[in-house]
Amino acid sequence: MAEMTSTRNTGQLVGRTIVYGLLVLVCFYYLMPLFVMVTTSLKSLDEIRAGNLLSLPQDPNLDAWGKAWSSACTGVQCEGLAGFFWNSVSFVVPAVLMSTLIGAVNGYVLTMWRFRGSDLLFGLLMIGCFIPFQVVLLPMARTLGAMGIANSTTGLVFVHVVYGLAFTTLFFRNYYVTIPDELVKAAKIDGAGFWLIFRRIILPLSAPIIVVSIIWQFTQVWNDFLFGVVFSSGDRQPITVALNNLVNTSTGVKEYNVDMAAAIIAALPTLFVYVVAGKYFVRGLTAGAVKG
Amino acid sequence: MDLTAQRMTAAPESGAGTEAKPRLGDRIDAWLPKIVLAPTFVCALVFIYGYILWTAVLSLTPSRMLPKYEFAGLAQFEALFANERWWLALKNLALFGGTFVLVCLAVGLLLAILLDQKIRGEGLIRSIYLYPMALSFIVTGTAWKWILNPELGIERLLHDGGFENARFDWLIDPEMAIYTVVVAAVWQSSGFVMALFLAGLRGIDDSIIKAAQVDGASMPTIYRRIIIPSLRPVFFSSFMILTHIAVKSFDLVMALTNGGPGFSSDVPATFMYSFAFTRNQIGLGAASAMMMLMIVVAVIVPFMYSELRRPRHG
Repeated sequence: MAEMTSTRNTGQLVGRTIVYGLLVLVCFYYLMPLFVMVTTSLKSLDEIRAGNLLSLPQDPNLDAWGKAWSSACTGVQCEGLAGFFWNSVSFVVPAVLMSTLIGAVNGYVLTMWRFRGSDLLFGLLMIGCFIPFQVVLLPMARTLGAMGIANSTTGLVFVHVVYGLAFTTLFFRNYYVTIPDELVKAAKIDGAGFWLIFRRIILPLSAPIIVVSIIWQFTQVWNDFLFGVVFSSGDRQPITVALNNLVNTSTGVKEYNVDMAAAIIAALPTLFVYVVAGKYFVRGLTAGAVKG
Repeated sequence: MDLTAQRMTAAPESGAGTEAKPRLGDRIDAWLPKIVLAPTFVCALVFIYGYILWTAVLSLTPSRMLPKYEFAGLAQFEALFANERWWLALKNLALFGGTFVLVCLAVGLLLAILLDQKIRGEGLIRSIYLYPMALSFIVTGTAWKWILNPELGIERLLHDGGFENARFDWLIDPEMAIYTVVVAAVWQSSGFVMALFLAGLRGIDDSIIKAAQVDGASMPTIYRRIIIPSLRPVFFSSFMILTHIAVKSFDLVMALTNGGPGFSSDVPATFMYSFAFTRNQIGLGAASAMMMLMIVVAVIVPFMYSELRRPRHG
């Protein structure tokens, strides 16, 4: 009997070692590109040519970072990513706040003030999560031109709000469905109106889903490339487009360290959000995945 | 999923509890929910459905640099399917999409099962698997472009590791370039699929597994016969999301290969962009966009239909 349990324990130990080994190995795989990006950005070009991907920088310095931020060429101009970084900030912030706010109100109506046809409406909106955006690019380009907001911050905010609404509405609707009916019903009997109930009862309960929505939208809008490259040009472009231009600018020597520093700069805001509020980020991902 | 199962019992038609003489304020109150929802509704109608229609109309015109609203029949679609580059893009989408979806599902499921073995430090490991999802595809593309660099990247690493003649130049190999996109896309998205599967695994009722164990079923059998089949809804949503990512994939290809070498790693999304916005062939671009929409519909609708017809468990 004792012998049996001991072989069983050995078997289990071997099994667990394999499981942990695999998991750690996979960790290295996921971390490797980040490691390579960071170390490459700290090396000099000579060192990059002489060494290999995984070697540690001999003489770490931030020269490449400085260049990526303020003097690298992104096409014809050579002013680094700084301006584009602030471009992104200037349209991401309003777009995220507006789509979240509208999504919250939509979700509130779709759960607490349902009317005939509201479910159908929700279904129509949800299809917006599925379409490949290529199918709206040409008409949107003409519309933005006609409205005089092509290649402007306003235009990008507009586009991101319009196509972000489906997701934010979905988040809030699925969250509000779980709030007990009685709460709102009682308030209605007491004569509280639409906005009063929203402000006094619903909003105070919404903190977690607001965080989820803001993080999701922030990541989506910051990382967007398609709308940025189609609806903006020159020095109005978002950072993702500028990064792509920087990497593909073919004049002169290829500076891999500057490319990597630039990539990290473009990734920092969303990475920061992920590190600080990863829990909510994951929740947004899965909420977005489980289509209502 | 269970959220949607909960239905609101009563659907209040309007501001209830105001039975006294209706005043103007009350009537506005009664209409308020509809008024509030109206802008979103109009947006969806115009900017989703209206624009799809508009693109469809454009695809039936001879438009080039500017829209020209004359009926040209299916000429643009004929031109599209006579275009070798479009066929190449379709073939690449099939290769990339197929491999990407399958590998992501397999890796995601495997990692989720491994992580579900009461692992110490699970939270940390999970965050490591998932962080690529927070990055832009442009960042991912830039990073992998460097890692896969035919001279200084992995190939150099292999040489330094003693494999003097090793070659790893997929990025400049027209046959293999599309698979670099798979490598990078899997790196970015597989952690997400893992998270979905893990959530599914955590939702399985423990008592079924315990009962099977009491009956003497081995762990592999339990996984094969009970656990994995019960993850069907997760397979369903992951499949939809991954297909969607695959058809839409544009940024990653632009950043990693820019469709090259030549057009060898073109996909429909890059094809559409190139014809609609840089080559001034609006009609052809619109036709390719419509085809992309139809691909999404063709893949997702039958799948959704067969899935929704199945009786729901739990």
